Amino acid sequence: MTAPLIEVRNLTRHFRVRAGMFSDARPVIAVDGVSFAVPAGDVLGVVGESGCGKSTLARIILGLLEPTSGDVLIDGKSLAGLDRRERARLIQPVFQDPYSSLNPRRRVRDVVGMPLMAQDGMSAAAARKRVDEMLARVGLDPVMAERLPAELSGGQRQRVAIARALVLHPRIVVCDEPTSALDVSVQAQILNLLSELRRSFGLTYLFISHNLAVVEHVASEVAVMYLGRIVEQSATQTLFHAPRHPYTKALLASVLTPEPGLGIPETGLGDAMPDPANIPPGCRFHPRCPVAIDRCSREAPTPMHDRRGLVECHLEGAAS
Amino acid sequence: MTALLEVRDLEISFSGLSAVRGASLTVAKGETHCLVGESGCGKSVTALAVMGLLARNGARKATALRFDGTDLLGLDERAMSRLRGNRMAMIFQEPMTSLNPAYTVGSQMAEVLRRHRGTTRTAALDRAVELLTLVRVTSPGLRIGQYPHQLSGGLRQRVMIAMALMCDPELLIADEPTTALDVTVQAQILRLLADLQKDLGLAVLLITHDLGVVARMAHRVSVMYAGEVVESATAANLFARPMHPYTRGLLACVPVPGKIKPDQPLGSIPGMVPQIGRDFLGCGFRERCGHARPDCAGTIPRRALGPDHDYLCQLEPDATAP
Repeated sequence: MTAPLIEVRNLTRHFRVRAGMFSDARPVIAVDGVSFAVPAGDVLGVVGESGCGKSTLARIILGLLEPTSGDVLIDGKSLAGLDRRERARLIQPVFQDPYSSLNPRRRVRDVVGMPLMAQDGMSAAAARKRVDEMLARVGLDPVMAERLPAELSGGQRQRVAIARALVLHPRIVVCDEPTSALDVSVQAQILNLLSELRRSFGLTYLFISHNLAVVEHVASEVAVMYLGRIVEQSATQTLFHAPRHPYTKALLASVLTPEPGLGIPETGLGDAMPDPANIPPGCRFHPRCPVAIDRCSREAPTPMHDRRGLVECHLEGAAS
Repeated sequence: MTALLEVRDLEISFSGLSAVRGASLTVAKGETHCLVGESGCGKSVTALAVMGLLARNGARKATALRFDGTDLLGLDERAMSRLRGNRMAMIFQEPMTSLNPAYTVGSQMAEVLRRHRGTTRTAALDRAVELLTLVRVTSPGLRIGQYPHQLSGGLRQRVMIAMALMCDPELLIADEPTTALDVTVQAQILRLLADLQKDLGLAVLLITHDLGVVARMAHRVSVMYAGEVVESATAANLFARPMHPYTRGLLACVPVPGKIKPDQPLGSIPGMVPQIGRDFLGCGFRERCGHARPDCAGTIPRRALGPDHDYLCQLEPDATAP
């Protein structure tokens, strides 16, 4: 077993949110005791519905948010101990919306070259050369370098965002819903590009998405998040072919494959919606769980690790 | 099957810029017709043109635009607004922006009935509760007194659907109704739409970019690209025998869970959607198409593959095989 490149230990993040001008601030628990490790060169996919804490997790690992408690170790060193420049050389983001994540007033060349400027000791000529190489690697025509983001399509902008993320040759890229804003034909182009770049640069991805099919395509391992916790994690093939947690099963059942005549699946989930400001006692999934038993509403399940991975469910614990 | 909505050679332009160039489609009574395509292909404006809701700088032209035999092109705004929300209703992608945040769910729903039917407030509220029950909203009596911000995304979309059904419409146009929702909620809402369609005998024009939604919901499908319907078929035929190179390309792009081979690239369509100006001629897909030939820049024939399947392409049926 190789030493993990990213290791996250018991990560927790709380927010205080005021529901209105006069009401007291309520704690919102966005990430609640998350631990995982990603070996170098792997892709950990994180899936879950809105509000499950997946983007908060991404922001913590990028160093954009401080965890309330817990540690992030990169190559054995604490993320909190790194300064901004060191962090930027190790970890870079690709965000969902290429329309809002690029500075509209800067030309593509400057957007991509900015990280090089921010780091010390690169001459303008060398930086220019590196930017040109990077643009070519992400499949952008050299003439694009002089354009403004507004002059590009969504797919081209996401290529620019990827070029900017890779220009420092980081080791880790955190992709937060990188294709959600794109059309399906462009999504395929970007996913193929990300896979190819991972292989040629030896990158490690944390890949966050609500789209299970996309995650299955890129990830080597998948973590399923529900209300701030990882409820199931295992190798991609295992998770997709033999899901164990009832929530994972419901998520997989909800995916509409392009196969006519199969109709719309019954998920078995009730109407209750997950609310991170109001986490249910016991198992946090029990109000929506189709197979919940008495114990689920009283007692929180503990994570169970075995050779297939991790699962957090009373029923799985009892079955094995 | 009788046509409830008939659109022939619809052309839409905005300040002279062409958005839809000659789209035709027919929605039969009691059938779900999916209009599928990527952003900018003209699917939403087609729906808006049918509803008479184009922006002020938008112009529509068609050889026929008929709803249950009535010529919609000849109707003035007053006559159109009597149809809209009454016999034909529409729901949109983002329920938060289409519900008024300042009014309760009940009063917004009741307004539809009071306006179109002159129903009293009490009777209209009763009907609202009845419809919220129909769309499987729990404790509807409580919900009618709540404001949109107090509801989750899935609930808001249920409220929108219930509101659209207040006057028993014959046609429901749903523009990306589940795109903003989580997958589990999407499945619940689509299931509801499919059940309502069957139980009430609704005709549904469902606009989506998601081929998974199309496969599971549609009786009939029209694929739009660059302002044209490039292929139209029953759902079974479209997925079994896609003819247009764009339809084939689109199907290859979709990652299908369980059928994914690690480290094998997804199919993708090179390039991007062209800008179609006023004088755009020929096939809109030719620059991205592996089968393109010189005559693709000219007039493109619509080829039939049986009575229920046609596509817009220079290639003969056996020549589009990959």
